[in-house]
Amino acid sequence: MTPLLAVDAIDKNFGAVRALSGASLTLARGEITALVGDNGAGKSTLVRCITGVQRPDGGSIRFDGEEVHFHAPEEARALGIETVYQDLALVEDLTVWQNLFLNREITRGIGPVRLLDKRAMISSAEQTLSRLAVNVPSVRSTVRRMSGGQRQSIAISRAISWGSTLVIMDEPTAALGVRETRAVEDLIRRLRDEGITVLLISHDFDQVMRLSDQVWVLRQGTVAGGRRTKDTTGEAIVAMITGVDAEKPT
Amino acid sequence: MTTATVAAPRRLDLRDPTFWSNNAALFGLIAVIIVFAILSPSFLTGGNISNMLVSATILVVLSIGQQFAIVVAGIDLSIGSNLPWAAALLGFGVTHGWNLPLSIILAIVGGTAVGVINGLIVTKLRINDFIVTLGMFGVMNGLGLLLTDANSVPVNSGFLQGLALNGLGPIQYFWLVALAVAVVAFVVLFKTKFGTHLLATGGNRDAARSMGIKVDRVRIAAYSISGLLVGIAAVLLVAHTGTADPSLQTSQLLSSIAAVVLGGSSLFGGRASIVGTVAGALLLSVLITGFTLLNISQYYQPIAVGLVVLMSAVLSRFQR
Repeated sequence: MTPLLAVDAIDKNFGAVRALSGASLTLARGEITALVGDNGAGKSTLVRCITGVQRPDGGSIRFDGEEVHFHAPEEARALGIETVYQDLALVEDLTVWQNLFLNREITRGIGPVRLLDKRAMISSAEQTLSRLAVNVPSVRSTVRRMSGGQRQSIAISRAISWGSTLVIMDEPTAALGVRETRAVEDLIRRLRDEGITVLLISHDFDQVMRLSDQVWVLRQGTVAGGRRTKDTTGEAIVAMITGVDAEKPT
Repeated sequence: MTTATVAAPRRLDLRDPTFWSNNAALFGLIAVIIVFAILSPSFLTGGNISNMLVSATILVVLSIGQQFAIVVAGIDLSIGSNLPWAAALLGFGVTHGWNLPLSIILAIVGGTAVGVINGLIVTKLRINDFIVTLGMFGVMNGLGLLLTDANSVPVNSGFLQGLALNGLGPIQYFWLVALAVAVVAFVVLFKTKFGTHLLATGGNRDAARSMGIKVDRVRIAAYSISGLLVGIAAVLLVAHTGTADPSLQTSQLLSSIAAVVLGGSSLFGGRASIVGTVAGALLLSVLITGFTLLNISQYYQPIAVGLVVLMSAVLSRFQR
């Protein structure tokens, strides 16, 4: 089966700084793939190239077998690539359902006179959250009242509620406590169970070992190697990140 | 499976300070009415109530305009000179032989244009809202004075006089205008996609942009609506006074901001209340009328208005 996403020899320069030089990796369908690396290794730049925020200077990206050239995040989103940003992009003073439907509001009416169909959006929001077993007091509450874990879960639920096939998550549990981290990890596993491909950027090696099927290691703008998670250890990954006892890329 | 299907019941908890601060303007309005009714027997007469509502209409319309600027985390200081500018345009049209409908359109288009310019400068040149609208406040003041040579022109129009004095039975046309503006603003803000985008842009501009909302367009639209409502308020002002007066309306500007804050909206954007804003505008108008009725020196009026605003700011610390 062709990989859902294949990044081949991507380059990206910012002036004299080479952020990415010949980075290549693949994401298998329906798997959780982790992307790890030191600060400045190029993780964020790689993600921005995949999501259309930035354009690579060289190399190619194939999504679902087709070569893609995104000029804007909307183009990536239209193909089913959703990103859960670290800041979550939630509006605190809006309700949970308003956030879930932000810029995709359901309206009804005649011609240009269209009003929000609140009932449809509320019931759909409730269905989505209950399907994913996301526990919030009420979808009618504002996000301001939600805990960090609930916010993260809402942001993830929003990302997958539009038929997306690939969800990219940047440090989804960075600011969470133990219990909330576990709830979000359970949610990420449920996404995999639903057949969604996940790209997980994480600094937490224990989490990478718990969650992922495949790990890719970025070092100095290039992919230092990839491993099946079940065939490797946290120590081996740390060694690849730091370049100590570097192994040959697979 | 624990689900999200349980709706939070809307409880009315009188001990909850949030309840009081969210509705501060409404309770303030009721309190002020009770106090004045006790102090002055003529306060609650039909004639006086009618007069109060008519003179509050202009402020209500302006405050709703201000609400649109504030909900996107902006502010519209240009209202203070846009109002006389649009009024002056109406006078200009009438004195230059335009017919009345055309002159009214000229005033409304002129007011809207100022809003569009505000929005374009704020978004395209990325300059702070306060500075841009402060600059436009000065520019439009000067242009209004130049247009009229600083003279106010009488506008004699049966239609405008009728608008100011008559109504459908006991219901004054002025109230209907204010009511229509408030209802349309309410529907736009809370019942349409555009309204959600206004709230989202004001609440978290980066998040709104991440979700693909064209935040610049939303902000330009917000300022344009503010300008449009200033244009409508200018027509009401000319009808009310019978003249197009180009002098600054600074107190209307400050009152419009105070009304929005009193109404429970956040000056940082993202939160709006049309009912609150209308109640805030009515509260400020009633205060001023009541002071006049009680023969209290008019110098106390700004003190009272200022104190009310300060009190509401203290209350707003308890919000949500």
